Amino acid sequence: MDIDFKHAQSAHCENGVTSNLLKHYNINLSEPMIFGIGSGLFFSYLPFLKVNHIPVTTFRPLPGVIFKRAAKRIGFKIKSKRFSDPKEAMDALDEKLEQGIPVGMLVGVYHLTYFPKPYRFHFNAHNLVVYGKKDGNYLISDPIMETYTTLTYKELQRVRYAKGVFAPKGHMYWAEKIPQQINLEKAIVEGIKKTAKDMLKIPIPLFGVKGIRYLASQVRKYPNKLGDRKAAQYLGQIVRSQEEIGTGGAGFRFMFAAFLQEASDILKMPKLHDLALEMTAIGDLWREFAVDTARIVKARTKINDPYQGVANMLLVIADREKKVYEDLRNLIK
Amino acid sequence: MKIEQVPQDNANMLEGKFKEPCYALDENGKYTTVRSVGWDPKNVVMQDAWDAVNERIENIKAKVISGELSPIAFYMEKNLMDTKILASYVNLWRWTVKKHCKMKVFDKLPDSILIKYAETFDIELGQLKNKELI
Repeated sequence: MDIDFKHAQSAHCENGVTSNLLKHYNINLSEPMIFGIGSGLFFSYLPFLKVNHIPVTTFRPLPGVIFKRAAKRIGFKIKSKRFSDPKEAMDALDEKLEQGIPVGMLVGVYHLTYFPKPYRFHFNAHNLVVYGKKDGNYLISDPIMETYTTLTYKELQRVRYAKGVFAPKGHMYWAEKIPQQINLEKAIVEGIKKTAKDMLKIPIPLFGVKGIRYLASQVRKYPNKLGDRKAAQYLGQIVRSQEEIGTGGAGFRFMFAAFLQEASDILKMPKLHDLALEMTAIGDLWREFAVDTARIVKARTKINDPYQGVANMLLVIADREKKVYEDLRNLIK
Repeated sequence: MKIEQVPQDNANMLEGKFKEPCYALDENGKYTTVRSVGWDPKNVVMQDAWDAVNERIENIKAKVISGELSPIAFYMEKNLMDTKILASYVNLWRWTVKKHCKMKVFDKLPDSILIKYAETFDIELGQLKNKELI
């Protein structure tokens, strides 16, 4: 069985799989478009949820959300399934491939053989597409890779049954119904509205712009509360999620700016172009925040001042982002 | 960020397996992607996180040598797992795994249990049992 599946690399796996699957059905949307329509931009700081002993900071919504929202807004029907029995999961995959249907799936990266080792930890929400089988090996289109790759039966089964937080349990998904026509303008508007709303209006201070402010207040306390080693690790973790594989730089801020730029042309709203530039400037501030953080981490200093400095940067970022989301809300009603 | 500002600071974090697309503005002010091998600030924080992991592994190694903790505790840390993740891999209760991390309990474990751990850690049973090999 040979499915002619076009692979394209993307910054983020979820956007990438969505974009590649849509392309297979002749719907051509860029990664920033998928990201924007799926309201992929977000912020949250979760002090009580620790991974590797450090609180989670994230610049995106929960795994799977971007995909779900984008598919819904475009009118693309997706069917998904999980299996308690690993063999059944592999049989179901073979069956879909026999029918010529490319299959998206969630996998853990820890045992993903082609992944670079420094990035292999127990993260279970990575997305890839299986598009065929050759000489007993599965043909893989993994959006973080520059080209196609393969996995053996055993390797694929293992990553589909990775354990831990968000264990995929063989989760796989495929296209059921492809829209004849898509209302791109409407999808874009819905995507922007949701992003602006989530960044401004969630009444819990851990999310959106409020979350950035809350993080700033916590960062101020790090050196005294945690000691120099731990404080640096906590601070470094923020930059890791900001710049880890898939954000396209500055915690998705540049990708969002790219989306606003494309949206500006499609919706014929020049103001969106200005907001794209402001978002780019904000992304540059996030990058400066990363530079200063790395300096603190490298020096492992316990002096208070640099921590106050980066916390102040976060407050400036929060103010400027707030203005962008308010402008978006006023612009798109 | 402009395309000429996209950093190319190689610290071998991607092991040459691929380059990461970064979004940046081209000379006409239009967004495009440029592939990057890495960025110093990111390399620094990643290295720091790995240093912390290696420190924890060394700590546990010392405790295995002193006879307090078992090789299971060592390989668990080495595989970046905690008792929760490991318990789900070997299909045991979390507190059972916790007990197995003690050397006294480990010494009495039958091969039928140890083999489950060895498979999870991708090592031979003999290696798991031999404390000299850690």
